[in-house]
Amino acid sequence: MTPRQRRVALVVGILAGVSVAGLLALSAFRENVMFFFDPSQVAAGDAPIDKRFRLGGMVRPGTVEREAGSLDMSFVVTDFERDVKVVYTGVLPDLFRENQGVVAHGRLGDDGIFVADEILAKHDENYMPPEVAKAIKSKHGGVMPVDPDPRKAKPET
Amino acid sequence: MIVELGHFALVLALIAALSQSFFGLVGPAKGQASWMAAVRPAVYAQFALTSLALAALVYAFVQNDFSVLYVASNSNSALPLLYRVSAVWGAHEGSLLLWAWILVGWALAVALLSRSLPVEFAARVLGVMGLISVGFLLFTLATSNPFERLWPAPPDGRDLNPLLQDPALAAHPPMLYAGYVGFAVAFAFACAAMIEGKLDQQWARWMRPWTTIAWAFLTVGIGLGSWWAYYELGWGGYWFWDPVENASFMPWLIGTALIHSLAVTEKRGLFKSWTLLLAILAFSLSLLGTFLVRSGVLVSVHSFAADPTRGLFILAFLVIVIGGALTLYAWRAPVLKSNAGFEFTSRESFLLFNNILLVVATAAVFAGTMAPLIADSLGLGTLSVGRQYFDPVFLLPTLPLIALSAVGSHSLWKKGRLRERRTGILVALVAAALLTAVLVLAVWEGAKVLTPIGFLVGGWLLFSALVDPIDRWRRRLSMTPAIIGMTIAHASLGFFVISVTAVESYTRERDIALAVGESGTVGEFKYELRSLEFVEGPNYDALRGEVAVSENDKPVSVLHPEKRNYWVQRQQMTEAGIDMQWSRDVFAALGEDLGAGRWSVRAQVRPLINYVWLAALLMAIGGIIATLDRRYRKRGEAA
Repeated sequence: MTPRQRRVALVVGILAGVSVAGLLALSAFRENVMFFFDPSQVAAGDAPIDKRFRLGGMVRPGTVEREAGSLDMSFVVTDFERDVKVVYTGVLPDLFRENQGVVAHGRLGDDGIFVADEILAKHDENYMPPEVAKAIKSKHGGVMPVDPDPRKAKPET
Repeated sequence: MIVELGHFALVLALIAALSQSFFGLVGPAKGQASWMAAVRPAVYAQFALTSLALAALVYAFVQNDFSVLYVASNSNSALPLLYRVSAVWGAHEGSLLLWAWILVGWALAVALLSRSLPVEFAARVLGVMGLISVGFLLFTLATSNPFERLWPAPPDGRDLNPLLQDPALAAHPPMLYAGYVGFAVAFAFACAAMIEGKLDQQWARWMRPWTTIAWAFLTVGIGLGSWWAYYELGWGGYWFWDPVENASFMPWLIGTALIHSLAVTEKRGLFKSWTLLLAILAFSLSLLGTFLVRSGVLVSVHSFAADPTRGLFILAFLVIVIGGALTLYAWRAPVLKSNAGFEFTSRESFLLFNNILLVVATAAVFAGTMAPLIADSLGLGTLSVGRQYFDPVFLLPTLPLIALSAVGSHSLWKKGRLRERRTGILVALVAAALLTAVLVLAVWEGAKVLTPIGFLVGGWLLFSALVDPIDRWRRRLSMTPAIIGMTIAHASLGFFVISVTAVESYTRERDIALAVGESGTVGEFKYELRSLEFVEGPNYDALRGEVAVSENDKPVSVLHPEKRNYWVQRQQMTEAGIDMQWSRDVFAALGEDLGAGRWSVRAQVRPLINYVWLAALLMAIGGIIATLDRRYRKRGEAA
């Protein structure tokens, strides 16, 4: 091969490699990206039945149930409009509390119960997952029923 | 008073930065020698002033001056002294100040060590660094002033987030920032070369040690963060593909590509404009990382300070720096042509593929990190991207990359022959295959599909990296620091791949419910909860469990996981009990009270996990050793 042909072969090879990688990335992305839904959207049937997604909202007070001594538990996620029951088995994050923001990863069963395999309640006790804050805000005319960050009682903001 | 002095010093530092950039950029353009001579004093002044400002803030923290808003929000009189100091960079305002100080520190190092550089060039490099300083100091003063007073002063502070009260995390931000900001030097070198329209092999030789040291800092910073996440977030795991982790990982990947591309530019005078582009990219991604983390745009553990009002300034700053540099690039890069050929299997080709694969890996990580932001801003819904995406798209380019480097590091410049090294490479491959067979068949049980592949490529790189030093030793040839450093870095990367493969393939983990006296099994391990008792720390109280772990009925460790309650923030924290053994970590974390006397316990046994961080540290050490090479010290001489 002449140097020129070699260079062309090199460029073509690189382009082919990069596009294959791009296509694979795209398909990995399509299959594995998770969408977020709030309880109202789940109630309206917007959430997929066969795919994992993120469910977010507040833990409704008085709904956390557990059979004593078991890792199986359940609670209700609410956006103050609609509720979704969540079941989960395993260790809960430190800041999982009633009346706090929570995000659950999992699937929706045929019975309308969300089976979670992962529960996130972030690390700050004042923290509200932004998508939860947004979902709740949009239903209350831009007013948060619960202040997501009371620490922001700073004079400048 | 001290606090106002600090604030005032910061304002003066801005003026020093302005004059540094003015004299540094306009001086050479006008050919004014006296102006260029003013650049270094401006750097010294700026360093003294930002140091004063930082010292004032540290002083406010140490003295518990809660009349300062930032201190009141992030410290408490019960906080131990070490954490009162590290609380300085525990949130947005202080971390920006630290960033600015480290930037000026790098500029100081350049000013002191660049005496042998051409006067105009050194002035331009410092001028560009001055411009970045101006941006940062303006941002700090205008939107994120750490010296703001709070009136009336509260009796005590709100405390540092308990998660941040940790020695590794005290060191993590300074290390990470030293790496991020170190790429500013490479960026400034690139801009100065583009302004001058001159880029030769000598230029690459100047730039290499700076880039490698910045990269080494970044490596240590990322490693510390990952280690901290493992033992402090309480749930095990060393890498979560969290947006903020990605934000620090992308500049690392591009920095790695830059180091290799610079090697070609130095040795062969090739890849010039590509090197420039990587230098711009590495720093742009560092800036993006800093801002993404601290602006609260990304939903993550790290977004402790969320304030979207700063977003506009950040965006403007990013556009000016990245856009400006890319415009300069588009205008000047065509001047800097490389003209030399190389053969298909020469070292240049291997390094070209190294660069392509690293950039592809970065692009994949970038796409996954930014997709949620882009989808959100376009109203396409709220989505999240997890390891189901990142793992495959990252491994796809990086596994071939590791295999290529096992071969490529033995190839010759320009010529396409692997010399007499062919045997060495094959011996390394056979050794790696033997190692794989032993690990998969005899040492651990339960291999996955990728397990042998990971061991094989990792082992190949590890052994192949040793071929050159062994060969030199046998032929009694000298070993330069450059070769020792490269060997250590490559061998550590191979070792890293082996460790990660072992962790990913053979981790045993399970959540179990245990009452005192009960036990549960996790694979071949048995976890028994022996006792639960209350203990008290300096600023928390805790429930402390004693967990005895046995493997096939032989006792292996006794763990003491804790559930802590920090008094000031009334925050609950999981302190995992970890027994670090030479070949694995035995891990237990206490979950919550399940009733009926039972507690949930997260039980994990992870083989080789500590070598993941050790390998990262060794990689960084390899980088540092490589910069000690003699050719970097004889700066003034021609190539």
